[in-house]
Amino acid sequence: MRPAIRFLGDELIERIVSEGRHIMCKLGIEIHNDTMLSLLVDHGVAIDKNTNRVFFNQSIIDKALVSAPRSFKLYDVLEKQAVDLSGFNVNYTPGSAAIYILDGKTNNIRRPLANDYTQYVKLMCKMNNIASQSTAMVPADVHEKISDSYRLYLSLLFCEKPVVTGAFTIEAFEVMKNLQVAIRGSIENLAAKPLTIFSCCPTSPLKWSDVTSQNLIDCAKYSIPVEYISMPLSGFMSPVTLVGTLIQHTAETLSGLVMSQIVNPGTPILYGGSPAFFDVRYETTPMGSISTMMIDCAYNEIGKYLGLPTQAYIGLSDAKHLDAQAGLESSMGATLAALAGINNISGPGMLDFESCFSLEKLVVDNEICGMTLQMIKGIEPKEDFPSQPIFEELLKEKHLLISDHTLKYLKGEEYYPGKVLSRANRSRWEEEGSTTISERAANEIDKMIKQWHPTLLGDDIKKELTQLMEKEAQKYGMSKLPQIN
Amino acid sequence: MTVIQELSEQLQQGNPKNVAELTRQAINENIDIKTILDKGLIAGMSVIGEKFKAHEIFLPHVLLAAKAMYAGMDLLKPLLLKEGIPTRGKVIIGSVQGDLHDIGKNLVAIMLKGAGFEVIDLGNDVSPEKFLDTAEKENAGVVGMSALLTTTMPVMKKVIDLARARGLYGKKRFIVGGAPLSSEYAKEIGADAYCFDGVSAVETVKRFAGIF
Ligand code: B12
Repeated sequence: MRPAIRFLGDELIERIVSEGRHIMCKLGIEIHNDTMLSLLVDHGVAIDKNTNRVFFNQSIIDKALVSAPRSFKLYDVLEKQAVDLSGFNVNYTPGSAAIYILDGKTNNIRRPLANDYTQYVKLMCKMNNIASQSTAMVPADVHEKISDSYRLYLSLLFCEKPVVTGAFTIEAFEVMKNLQVAIRGSIENLAAKPLTIFSCCPTSPLKWSDVTSQNLIDCAKYSIPVEYISMPLSGFMSPVTLVGTLIQHTAETLSGLVMSQIVNPGTPILYGGSPAFFDVRYETTPMGSISTMMIDCAYNEIGKYLGLPTQAYIGLSDAKHLDAQAGLESSMGATLAALAGINNISGPGMLDFESCFSLEKLVVDNEICGMTLQMIKGIEPKEDFPSQPIFEELLKEKHLLISDHTLKYLKGEEYYPGKVLSRANRSRWEEEGSTTISERAANEIDKMIKQWHPTLLGDDIKKELTQLMEKEAQKYGMSKLPQIN
Repeated sequence: MTVIQELSEQLQQGNPKNVAELTRQAINENIDIKTILDKGLIAGMSVIGEKFKAHEIFLPHVLLAAKAMYAGMDLLKPLLLKEGIPTRGKVIIGSVQGDLHDIGKNLVAIMLKGAGFEVIDLGNDVSPEKFLDTAEKENAGVVGMSALLTTTMPVMKKVIDLARARGLYGKKRFIVGGAPLSSEYAKEIGADAYCFDGVSAVETVKRFAGIF
């Protein structure tokens, strides 16, 4: 049986959804994008031109819920299926868009550079429990206008896994789409085999900015999947009660859903978010808060109830280093998320309120992901009934180490973490240098990056990607891209 | 308890009605306006600030106290003006061009107001010209800028460079905040201070208050 967790009963879900829809229709949602506003008007939605408030109606919400796909898949750079976003399937992807990197050598934070990003991408190739890449850091050594597209370029160049990403501006979308079309060969093939997911954030409370509305339109036109990242902050920018926050999240997310679906019915989406229970002592938005995690799991239940695939920023930590707090918050979040069956879990590698990325933490989190993926396989009977023969064998042989039964099920019944976790006895641990988890993680990083080899994407396509990126950089006065070691 | 002590106490309790009432009573008793302000309202807010830092109270209580503070300030303001007593000073605040993050900026604005400063909030996506035009027009001593994105923080430098060009640099104090900011960056672009939260913003602006 697959273990599962639930925070909401169906009746409460229905009340929350109906309340969210009521807010969308009666209070309305502010939308600051003229193209989107006229599209909505064309679809019979009432708007107040002075306030940019859009008053949705029940039938347009119902239509969007019908046309949105129940599931979709992501395909890697070589068009192999890599991520299945359906049912209770769980896929991990690193946290995204960090401002800083925690430098493993100095243990200090600093702005990430193109070379840090490349190391990260190479490491991602080896993260066996993390199905997709994300554009995890924002490199500081390129012009800020290409700091979103350049990350995607490096990801597509150095690793085959699909990418969870997002544009910072309206203009950046074009090149980020063109990079993908270059890989897939045609717009049609990109739509048939999605390579990326774009994060699009409403601005709590109950508002969509010009940029994110336009990103929604552009993604929908090309059937590029989006995840709606609503960020209600309980007690501050949303009601303090978890139910109140969920109502707001529902209204913000369903309004995004309608916008995508009227542009292109059937365009793939994830019912996602990054809420936080605001900390009224420190003025912060903790991802490691248990209430934050409960909101994540609960809106995922609402998404599932509506028949939609889901996403959440969960399994991150607000610790500043790879310490016990980092471990406990990340594993608590990842465990809950896996039990809840959140389809795309954005978290590994991230510290400090989504602002700092650590490669060492990524390697440790990869093990957390591995354990939780094992956990949700649940407990299933194998050749266990009748049991008498295996016990007879045990009594006769005095052990089962080389029994056929053992050899057959050894791998499936346990998850074996990499060397980053210490499972040796004390003497052996001492003999091997009495290492800390950070030291072991650093060793693994060195080893894995050395093992990296170029991807199998054709050289001609790689060249095309570089040409596209160089052209984009030149627009902003950069005559060449940073040198990658 | 004197009226002034009671005023500070009621402010700490976050009771705007009583604060207004006691302020009125103090004015009627001919207590020096500056004493009402400094020893009553501002003294009360300082206690609140200390308690907040010590986690004895949480943010909502700070904001309630701030609201009570405004109730008293509304009555004192015309008298301060009439007697020519300088107010604590004006602060222009906004999120820089291209940046829509305004939650932190809003919080800083509320806390500064609560500490007795006059705050002009320009909202988000604010152009360098607008920051400086308003600072000049309003004769504000402090310009506060917020950026949450690495892509928008260079706008802060633009504001300061423009201030240099207009001869305002050195005359106005520039303070900056937001997740990608740091003291080093603030120094690099020539800002006067970096503040990591609302409490530190209040402390910094108080420190600067002597200059205008
Ligand atoms: C909430 C949030 C949003 C909300 C903002 C809603 C709003 N009305 O403000 C929404 C959803 C709109 C949003 C959008 C985006 N966001 Co955002 N967002 C955040 C988040 C999670 C929390 C920010 C926050 O409100 N914190 C709570 C407040 C109280 O704290 P604060 O802002 O830091 O402010 C305090 C101090 O910094 C200081 N301070 C702040 N300003 C000032 C000013 C002065 C003068 C002073 C003295 C002090 C001061 O005092 C404040 C009070 O304590 C951060 C994560 C983070 N670590 O900050 C990401 C984050 C900043 N966002 C990020 C990104 C990428 C985006 C988007 C580009 C995503 C997208 N693809 O659409 C868009 C950009 C929109 C735009 N053009 O601005 C990144 C930035 C990455 C980077 N390298 O720059 C972050 C770090 C998250 C992440 N890793 O992805 N976001």
